[in-house]
Amino acid sequence: MESRARAGEAMIRTETITGRAAPWEAALIAAILIAGGFLTVFGAAFATDPMFKVQMYMAMAGFVLGLGGLTFWLGQDRAEQATRYHDNVVKAGVIASMFWGIAGLLVGVVIALQLSFPNLFYFPDLGWTNFGRLRPLHTSAVIFAFGGNVLIATSFYVVQRTSRARLAGGLWPWFVFWGYQAFIVMAGTGYLMGVTQGREYAEPPWYADLWLTLVWVVYLLVFLATLWKREEKHIYVANWFYLAFIVTIAMLHIVNNLAMPISFADWFSYSAFAGVQDALTQWWYGHNAVGFFLTAGFLGIMYYFIPKQANRPVYSYRLSIIHFWALIFLYIWAGPHHLHYTALPQWAQTLGATFSVMLWMPSWGGMINGLMTLSGAWDKLRTDPVLRMMVVSVAFYGMSTFEGPMMSVRTVNALSHYTDWTIGHVHSGALGWVGFVSFGALYCLTPWLWKRERLHSNALVEWHFWIATIGIVLYITAMWVAGIMQGLMWRAYDQLGFLQYSFVETVEAMHPYYIIRALGGLLYLAGALLMAYNLWRTARGDAPARAPVPHAVPAE
Amino acid sequence: MWRFHRLFEKHTMILLIGILVVVSIGGLVQITPLFFIESTIERVEGVRPYTPLELAGRQIYIREGCYTCHSQMVRPLRDEVERYGHYSLAAESMYDHPFQWGSKRTGPDLARVGGRYSDEWHRDHLIDPRALVPESVMPPYAFLAGRELDVNDAERHLRANRVVGVPYTDAQVENAAADMRAQVDPMSSFDFERRYPGALVRDFDGDPTRLTEMDAIIAYLQKLGTDVDFSNYEAEAPENLR
Repeated sequence: MESRARAGEAMIRTETITGRAAPWEAALIAAILIAGGFLTVFGAAFATDPMFKVQMYMAMAGFVLGLGGLTFWLGQDRAEQATRYHDNVVKAGVIASMFWGIAGLLVGVVIALQLSFPNLFYFPDLGWTNFGRLRPLHTSAVIFAFGGNVLIATSFYVVQRTSRARLAGGLWPWFVFWGYQAFIVMAGTGYLMGVTQGREYAEPPWYADLWLTLVWVVYLLVFLATLWKREEKHIYVANWFYLAFIVTIAMLHIVNNLAMPISFADWFSYSAFAGVQDALTQWWYGHNAVGFFLTAGFLGIMYYFIPKQANRPVYSYRLSIIHFWALIFLYIWAGPHHLHYTALPQWAQTLGATFSVMLWMPSWGGMINGLMTLSGAWDKLRTDPVLRMMVVSVAFYGMSTFEGPMMSVRTVNALSHYTDWTIGHVHSGALGWVGFVSFGALYCLTPWLWKRERLHSNALVEWHFWIATIGIVLYITAMWVAGIMQGLMWRAYDQLGFLQYSFVETVEAMHPYYIIRALGGLLYLAGALLMAYNLWRTARGDAPARAPVPHAVPAE
Repeated sequence: MWRFHRLFEKHTMILLIGILVVVSIGGLVQITPLFFIESTIERVEGVRPYTPLELAGRQIYIREGCYTCHSQMVRPLRDEVERYGHYSLAAESMYDHPFQWGSKRTGPDLARVGGRYSDEWHRDHLIDPRALVPESVMPPYAFLAGRELDVNDAERHLRANRVVGVPYTDAQVENAAADMRAQVDPMSSFDFERRYPGALVRDFDGDPTRLTEMDAIIAYLQKLGTDVDFSNYEAEAPENLR
C-alpha cells in the first residue's frame, strides 16, 4: 500500500525521470558508430577474402544508417519522448519479432522440404541454398532473431511496468534494438555466403560476436539501470529470470566464442579450444542457450503475462524462489548429456545426466507455478484464446522438460542420439513452449502498446491456435516415430549376426515422416501468418470484425 | 528463512552476484579438469596435424555446414563399431579447432570415412549424390569442382592454428602454400612428404591441371580417421585404460 501511495508522487516526478538523451550520450553513440565505420573501411580495404569484403561493406552501410538515424532522432521534437514509459522501442521489438519469426519459420519449411524432396528443392548452381547453409539460418533466425527480439521487447516492457520506472538510458535502448538487428543481418547473410564458425548455435563469425558482446553489455546496463531506479521495493520475479538470462548468456557467449582469426581482414577463425575441451565448452554453451535463452528468459515472460492476462496473482512465491535458484544452478551442469558415449570422460557424462534428471524438478516447479496461477480463472481457457495459448505453452514446457531428462539417461540416449528424435524434442520445446508463449505475449502486447481495446479478431486467434497445435502434433509425432525407428534400424541385426540395414535404407525409411514434418511446419507457419495479419489490423485500430460476446461477470 | 531472500529481491547487485556465482559452479567443475587430466590430453601414436590442403578441405567442410548432417564420433557401441570402425579416441580430434563431432546423422558418420571410397566415388558423389545413391537426401556440391583453391591464405591458417596450440613447425608454416600444391602433384619433391609423413599425395579431383576446392575436400575426407593404426592399437593397454 505504501508503494501505491508513492505512485502518485512518481507521476508528478515523471518529468524528472524521463529518459532524455544527455548530449554526451548521443556523442558516445556517435563515437561508437564512427569508430565502427572506420574499422569497416579498413576491413574492406585490406580484406583478403571476398566474403569478408562484402560483410564489411554491409557493416559500413549499417554504421552510416545508424548515424543517419541518430541525426534524425536528435532533430525530433523531444516533448514526444517524455512519456511515462518508453514503449516505442517495445513496439519496434514486436514488429521485429513477428518479421523474424515468419522468416525463420519459412526457412524451416524450406529445409524440411529439401529433406523430403531433394530433387525439387536443391539447385546445383545455387550452392548457397543448400541445406548446410540454410540450416544455421533457420536455427539462428528462430532462436536468436525471433526469440531474442521477443525477449528484448518483453523484458523492456516488463521491467518498466514491474519497477514503475521509465526505461533507463534514453537512447541506449534504441542502440540495443538496432545493434541487435544489425548482428542478425550480419550473421544471417554470412551463413548464406558460407561464413560460419562451424559450432552449432554459435555460428556467427568473430567480428559479429564482438559486436554482439558490446550490444549485450549495453542491454545488461539498461536493464540494471532501470532496476536501480525502480519505485517498487522488491524486484519482481520475472526480472530475476530476465537478469539471469542476460548475465548468463553474456558469460556463455564470451567463453564459447574465444577464437583466433587467421587475420583481422578475414572472416575465418580457429576456436581457442580443440577436440574434447572444445566439445564440452560448446555443449556447455549449447545446452545453456536452451537453458537460459529459451527457458529462463521465456519463464520471465510467463511470470508476467500469464498472471496479467488471467488477472490472478502468481500461484506461489516460495515455489518461485526455490525453482529459480535450483533451475539456474542445475541447468549449467547439463551440457555433457549431448556427449554421451563420446570421447568425453565418463564421469563428466554421468554428471551431466544426473543433473539433467534433477533438472526435471525445478522445471516442473515452474510449470506448476504457471499453470496454478489460473486457480479460480480456469473458465478463461474457454473464452480467451490468448490465455489458452500461453497455458498450452506451459503444458508443452512440462512435456519437453520431462522428455529431456529421459533422453539424457545414457541408455535412452544410446538410441536417441544422432536421430530425429532429438529434432522432435527440440521442436516440442521450440514450437510448443517458446513459440506459443511468445505468440501469447505478442497478442497481449499489441493492443496494450497501440492503445487498442482488444485484438482485431479473437476468431483468428482461435484459428491460429488450432492450426499451430495440429502442426506441432504432426511435427513431433512424425519425429518420434522417425527417430526411434532410425535408432532401432541402425542397431538391428539379422539372424546371421550381420547388421540388418545399410545406412541408406534408414534414410529411405524416413521419407514419409519427413513429408509429415514439412506439413506440420507449414501449418505452424500458416498460423503465424494469420497472427501477423491480426496484429497488423489491431495496431491499425480496425474495429473488431464482429461484436465480442459479452462475458459473464463472476460474482465477487 | 524466506525473509533472507528479501536481500536478493531488494538489491540488484546482490541478485546479480548471486546469479553469477550460482551459474559459474557447474562449468568450472566440469570443464576445467579436461585441460589437465590424462585421458583428455593424452597423445596417441600417429595423430598428426592436418596438411595445408586437408586444412583447406576442413574449412570447406565447415563452410558448407556438413556438420549439420554428419557426425564425426563413433561411439563404443557394437553396431557403430561394426558399421563405421573403431570407436573414436579423444586424441583423434586434438587438432580440431573447432571439433566437428556433430549431433545429427541425417547422413552417415564420417569419423572413419578416409580410405573407404575411391577419390572418383567422392567426386561423383559430391557432384550429384543421387546419381550414385538414389535414396540420398544430400545436397549437390558440383560447384566445388569449378572453384580454384586459394593458396595465399595457407600460411595464415597455419599460423593461427599455431597460436591456439597446434604444433606446426616453422618449415611447415613457411612452405604452407607450396605444400598445398605439392600434395596434389605426385611428381613434386620429397620435401612435402618429409614434412607430413604418411600424408596422401595425389591428384584428388581428377583434374591434374587445376587445384580446386574439390581437391581439398576430398583430401580432407580421405584423411579422416586414418591417423591411428588400430591393428597395433591396444585398447586394454595400461596407457589406454581410463
